[in-house]
Amino acid sequence: MKIEIPTTLRAYTGNQAVVTIQAATVAEALNRLTGLYPEFKKHLHTPDGKLRSFVNLYLNDQDIRYLPGREETQVRDSDTLSIIPSIAGGG
Amino acid sequence: MLRISQQVYDAIRQHGEETWPHECCGVLLGRFTTDSGAMINDVEEAIRAGNTRTDSAHNRYNIAPRELVGIQRSGRNRGLEVVGFYHSHPDHPALWSPTDFAEAHWLGCSYVITAVEKGSARQTNSFLLTGDTEERKAFEYERIEVTGQLEPGLETESEPVS
Ligand SMILES: [Zn+2]
Repeated sequence: MKIEIPTTLRAYTGNQAVVTIQAATVAEALNRLTGLYPEFKKHLHTPDGKLRSFVNLYLNDQDIRYLPGREETQVRDSDTLSIIPSIAGGG
Repeated sequence: MLRISQQVYDAIRQHGEETWPHECCGVLLGRFTTDSGAMINDVEEAIRAGNTRTDSAHNRYNIAPRELVGIQRSGRNRGLEVVGFYHSHPDHPALWSPTDFAEAHWLGCSYVITAVEKGSARQTNSFLLTGDTEERKAFEYERIEVTGQLEPGLETESEPVS
């Protein structure tokens, strides 16, 4: 599958905007990604290993939080996973 | 430093005037470049985004991640990257708020804020989100270089030559 990397995190994937990974599930794809690029892990996960709350994961334009299988959702080679930190603020 | 054309600069300020008294927001597409060793976020286009915070649009903004995925992809197809974001502060100074800081996560990107007072754009400031992790991030004020300004004498508001 393809994983789209936001500009802000591209320094940790050798400047690649898209990384192609062989995986059966979203979780496996993320594990392989952080295996390939260990520095990427601390941007995806909090120090205690949870997915950071502001990191959104979109599988083919669907928020994985709302998919029944969430991170265990099965994926195919033709799928695209987008890692997209949130944009918000105020005041 | 943020480098932006007069046209795009005017467009983001105008967006804030149009949405006043609500906050506007959008994405800045361009390139990360350097000039004599200085890092420059070179803006090519400003893409307007919808503010999803309709519950509190006068003092909050949020860009739907799905819209952001689309903007990022369309930019990449044209060789442009997300280099920053902009929003407005209706009747509030052009300085980042604690909420702006807490919810800023794109390290290396520019966060542009325009104060809009009673419907008129006032000060526009840019803050670079620095640091190498979420735990060590900081906002740093950065200079905005507006390029392609009109020649003096061609400006509509210039003094008539007597
Ligand atoms: Zn703000």
